[in-house]
Amino acid sequence: MSKKLFLKGGEAIAEAAVRAGCRFYAGYPITPQNEIPEYMARRQPQVGGVFVQGESEIASVNMVYGAGASGTRSMTSSSSVGISLKSEGISYCASARVPMVYVNMQRGGPGVGTIQASQQDYFQATKASGNGGFRMIVLAPSTVQEAVDMTYQAFDLADRDRNPVLILGDGVIGTIMEPVVLPEMKSDEEVAALKAKHHGWAIVGHSREEKRGFLTPGFWSTDSLEAHCLELEKLYSSWEENDVQVEELYLEDAEVVLVAYGTSARIAKSTMEIMRDEGCRIGMIRPKTVSPFPARSFDRINYDTCRCVLDVEMSIPAQMLYDVRLGVKDRAPVECCLRSGGNLIEREDVVKEIKKILEGGGR
Amino acid sequence: MEAVYSRTKTLNGNLLGFCPGCMHGTVFKLIGEVLEEMNIDSSTTAILGIGCCGLAQEVVSYDLATAPHGRACAVATGLKRANPDTIVFTYQGDGDLASIGLAETIHAANRGENITTIFINNGIYGMTGGQMAPTTLVGMKATTAPGGRDPGQHGYPLHMAEIIDQLIAPVYIERVSCNNPANVRRTKNAIRKAFRNQIECRGYSLVEVVTSCPTNWGLNPGKSLGFLEENMFKEFPLGVLRDNTEVK
Ligand SMILES: Cc1ncc(C[n+]2csc(CCOP(=O)(O)OP(=O)(O)O)c2C)c(N)n1
Repeated sequence: MSKKLFLKGGEAIAEAAVRAGCRFYAGYPITPQNEIPEYMARRQPQVGGVFVQGESEIASVNMVYGAGASGTRSMTSSSSVGISLKSEGISYCASARVPMVYVNMQRGGPGVGTIQASQQDYFQATKASGNGGFRMIVLAPSTVQEAVDMTYQAFDLADRDRNPVLILGDGVIGTIMEPVVLPEMKSDEEVAALKAKHHGWAIVGHSREEKRGFLTPGFWSTDSLEAHCLELEKLYSSWEENDVQVEELYLEDAEVVLVAYGTSARIAKSTMEIMRDEGCRIGMIRPKTVSPFPARSFDRINYDTCRCVLDVEMSIPAQMLYDVRLGVKDRAPVECCLRSGGNLIEREDVVKEIKKILEGGGR
Repeated sequence: MEAVYSRTKTLNGNLLGFCPGCMHGTVFKLIGEVLEEMNIDSSTTAILGIGCCGLAQEVVSYDLATAPHGRACAVATGLKRANPDTIVFTYQGDGDLASIGLAETIHAANRGENITTIFINNGIYGMTGGQMAPTTLVGMKATTAPGGRDPGQHGYPLHMAEIIDQLIAPVYIERVSCNNPANVRRTKNAIRKAFRNQIECRGYSLVEVVTSCPTNWGLNPGKSLGFLEENMFKEFPLGVLRDNTEVK
């Protein structure tokens, strides 16, 4: 069961999705996420699922809207510029309460940008993934193993909330190979039962005695839509209590607290470990959900020892920085260590920023 | 007294909000009658486009979802592929199907998706108030073509049934109208055939209904019928373009 496999990020995510019961995938080619549709094209027919190469990202996300609206665990994926095209469809899913999972393997932007890894879609992922102010749980894996576990979990969250869930990866997570343990394959019976659970609202046809399936993100009454928004707001605020995922390291004694997610967090974390071995008191907050953002982790920083919080991200201008500032609430200065455009942050970049802070004297 | 005619059970009695002389209501009635007569309304889902058809969302009794503007055929593709036993039809206006949704329309037809598309061609954007559609006739006025459609600027009306007839996969393509009782019956027969094709897993069927839009054409319902018959039918001739229903 717990056999270790050596898998590429995109393929591991696709296999985890299949094991979670995903039986519909539609997508459109774009680097660096082609591993996902290519894997799904081979794999879905083996499990009685459906793979469709859509004629565009727009078509693909709407196919997922249609499949997800039947209660079938459904998924799409893309990268940055392609995710922009999906935003209307995702907004429809959020409004119509259609569960679906999608993956963004971020690349450099804006525009068509570069095909290399970046974290330039943070605002898009966490603040405005489409019109109308809807929210989503956004999971940000740092390793292929975490990407697998989060993908498996994402389908449960999407089902629970009847809301889209985003896996926010990047070009490194999508294409790197690492050893992973895959989760258990759900049986055909389990997959069928997961779908059947949704029959009440799913648009698969209902007898005249049953209530019909009725999914419309369009309202003729402003009061009905306002009531709908209030309902959604309740859902979104429940996440703050129940669904924040975060890794907190050495907050009790840290002089410098690094904040990083995804691929930057790998680099930040290894920098922290090396510098701690050298006697520097570095700590770290790694949001695993960037939405809901782990704001309360910043209350657990020891502000008697902390001289600075360092936001480490692959985006210029910085984006997560604003959430970090809201968390820190002026209890310490906040600095940045940034790269962008598809350039990876290097350990030396982080070391240089930390040294600057430490050598800069007291607060 | 014996009841010889009654409203189809697939219309729930809520009021239809369509303008006088609009044919959307007639087409929804025909669809409902066909679904009821074929006894498939309890396994049918409508995917509505964005446009005046949205006015029917709370009037029909069967399952329904609204697609983003133009994307109905993609939504239908996902739903049908994941649920082959559900009867899926799209219902779209000309702006929805032929302008913003052109890619989704053609690709679903080209893949031969086993779905039914009902296409309401009224030559104008109804819901948004009379802007030029891809099917607006040359010379016909629209709020965004105040001098009338000018081929030099706007090109010519798109003939969607003929365009889709270029593809290999579709099984059935017919253009109909609802301007008189005989044509209403033909429309109903076309809709029935399109659903039967889907039940028999034959593939993609398109029923284009050429209709009037008195409100945005700026004509009363009677004069709209005249314009429809004299001008729209000339540009969009009625008839069967393809029927591979009997071919297996
Ligand atoms: C993405 C998007 N763009 C534009 C609109 C605005 N809009 C609503 S209905 C419509 C056109 C409808 O015209 P048509 O498809 O011809 O249908 P009709 O109303 O005439 O039946 C437009 C452009 C929208 N809702 N969504």
